[in-house]
Amino acid sequence: MLNSDKAMHTLSVYVSNKPGALARIAQVFSRRGFNIESLVVSPAVDGQFSRMTISCSGDPDGLDQIIKQVLKLIDVLQCIDHTYDESVMKEMGLIKIAVDSEGRSEALQIAEHYGCKTVDLTPESMILQVVGNPDKIDALEEMIAKFTIIEFVRTGKVVMQRGQEPT
Amino acid sequence: MANEIMEGGQAIIRCLESEGVEYIFGYSGGAAIPIFDALVTTNTKIKFILVRHEQGAAHMADGYARATGKPAVVLVTSGPGATNTLTGIMTAHMDSVPMIVLTGQSVSWMLGKDAFQEADIFGITMPVVKHSYMVKDPNDIPRIVREAFHVSTTGRPGPVLIDIPKDISGGPCTADLHAEMDLPGYRLDFSVDNDIIHEIAEALSKAERPLILAGHGAMISGADNILKTLAEKAQIPVTTTLLGKGVFPETHELALGMLGMHGTAYANKAVCECDLLLNIGSRFDDRILGQPAEFCKNATIIHIDIDATEIGKMIQPQIACVADAKTALEELIKHVPVLETAVWRKHLDGYKAKYPLKFKRQGGLKMQHIIDEFYKLTDGKACVATDVGQHQMWAAQFYLNDSRYNWLSSGGAGTMGVGLPYCIGAAFGRPNDVNVCFVGDGGFQMTFFELATAALHKLPIKIVVLNNHYLGMVRQWQELFYEDRTSGVDLEGNPDFVKLAESFGIKGFNLRRPGDVKRVLQSALDYNEGPCLINCEVEKTDNVFPMIPAGAPIEHMLIEPPNRKLEKPTGST
Repeated sequence: MLNSDKAMHTLSVYVSNKPGALARIAQVFSRRGFNIESLVVSPAVDGQFSRMTISCSGDPDGLDQIIKQVLKLIDVLQCIDHTYDESVMKEMGLIKIAVDSEGRSEALQIAEHYGCKTVDLTPESMILQVVGNPDKIDALEEMIAKFTIIEFVRTGKVVMQRGQEPT
Repeated sequence: MANEIMEGGQAIIRCLESEGVEYIFGYSGGAAIPIFDALVTTNTKIKFILVRHEQGAAHMADGYARATGKPAVVLVTSGPGATNTLTGIMTAHMDSVPMIVLTGQSVSWMLGKDAFQEADIFGITMPVVKHSYMVKDPNDIPRIVREAFHVSTTGRPGPVLIDIPKDISGGPCTADLHAEMDLPGYRLDFSVDNDIIHEIAEALSKAERPLILAGHGAMISGADNILKTLAEKAQIPVTTTLLGKGVFPETHELALGMLGMHGTAYANKAVCECDLLLNIGSRFDDRILGQPAEFCKNATIIHIDIDATEIGKMIQPQIACVADAKTALEELIKHVPVLETAVWRKHLDGYKAKYPLKFKRQGGLKMQHIIDEFYKLTDGKACVATDVGQHQMWAAQFYLNDSRYNWLSSGGAGTMGVGLPYCIGAAFGRPNDVNVCFVGDGGFQMTFFELATAALHKLPIKIVVLNNHYLGMVRQWQELFYEDRTSGVDLEGNPDFVKLAESFGIKGFNLRRPGDVKRVLQSALDYNEGPCLINCEVEKTDNVFPMIPAGAPIEHMLIEPPNRKLEKPTGST
């Protein structure tokens, strides 16, 4: 049985942009009982490579093995754990809530507090766009839950190391 | 200068030639026809061996590589042709054997549309290959083939699969055949950290009861000579894993033989009592650990492995060294002093005298007797392939290996059916050596159709069928741990193996009595017209000892048959 103490981890993977690379990386996690909570893939500055930010949960003892197994893949150049460092972590969320003229001003107040932009507004609903670290988005979700949340979409977190260190 | 225009299939064959390939083992099919056509149109010197089932081709290539150290190539068609190689690929992957698998594929524009004989073999094999490719442009062929061989044979070796759609193998290739590799993520840093080497030497110099554990990694890196020099210089006893058999001479006075579940009592006792374990290229497989938490609990553990993922995977060592075994030992030997191990060695010699491997030559015919006699008749110099099960463990115990490449056995995967194709692959690679396979009646029937391949090429292999009419290892577990409730192990309905062999034009011998062992085996060894099969009607219910029940600490080893009821094992299989 897997350890119930499942910590969240954030890994940054720098990988050759080759067919199957994502599937190989995903298999390393699934085979060892790790759950990928969010995954962001985008082209790197050099288009031959991709940057992945992977948030995952699982037995912390297994993480070291996962990082080594990911690094062992032929297409992977780098795999760094950013869970415990001071790197910049950001995420974007879109929240569509049901709100009419009665609740609108309170909703906008909450939105303003979290630095949200209102990107869609109808008589019965609005979409708020929020950017920040994942905790901030969680907090917004909690506050705005007094309205009916129709849909909530998050991009998953992206991470970048501060200063001269590589991500 | 413009490059010659050739078909993709022809480019593949030319690239295989420049990699020095001697043999391709395979089976044709629609999606691979352009590659098979190229075997003819290129007039290549590479020899194509047509097998009878694709699994046989994969095992033959595996056996060839184990026996020669060189990679062989498998060539099959798409769909079922490709999936039939899966067990063979997984077997090679588990034991770090280099292999290049070329699979034909439906035409590119039909991919994912359930075309006839289409299977996503690139996806299906992903967990059991070191790396894989789907070719999308014929001009990529030279680079991909070169990369495939490089990746497959360097570092920790393993199988690499190349899936080639029919329009690619049949399409025009104008690329330079000597293409550059593009592998920015593939790290091969063999430099040895001198601080770690000093640390290891320091730990060794303090050890009173040191033990070397040598595995397949030591074999692959070619560390056999330096290992012998090191062990002799420092006077350290050596035990080997199943796949490490031969990396240190098993007849050497410092040799303790194989350790683990069915290893020698003295090797396992040495593991329990050592104060330092130097693991060179073994991945601490569960067959040798027993209970990982109890393994070498009071010893300093040093682990040298080329694969960083093996460090701390099963056992956390006090000193870890990620390096090529040979390079590391060449450095280490400069700093290792002569150790005072006389007391320790004498102690272990006492165990050797007290708990030797033994069997009775009288009574029913024993597998051990046949293997031991074969060992003597061949001076221990044959290239031995085994299948999987009881006979495999007895072969490991009684056919001692003094040099590498002479022991072909599926360790990690435990794949039944490998014995005969391994032996065939070895016979192609080493035609001047005595090639034998010890197979059980169960495993033999999984791939016996390759008798046709052996007969066609008149390979003088010796096929020793150790026939107990049972799946003996499972029966042994059922007897010991499940109150003798046999289930699914009685191979009632076996064919007459001698008649079966004769139907392929293969010479057959029957062996039933202990008194005939030497005579019959000698006749088989003297027969060189082609393959021969020796059907040995052995005792049905013999058991392999010593035995460490799966998941139990090594201290719980059963040296002899127990006269008490045993708990069901906690370990896997």
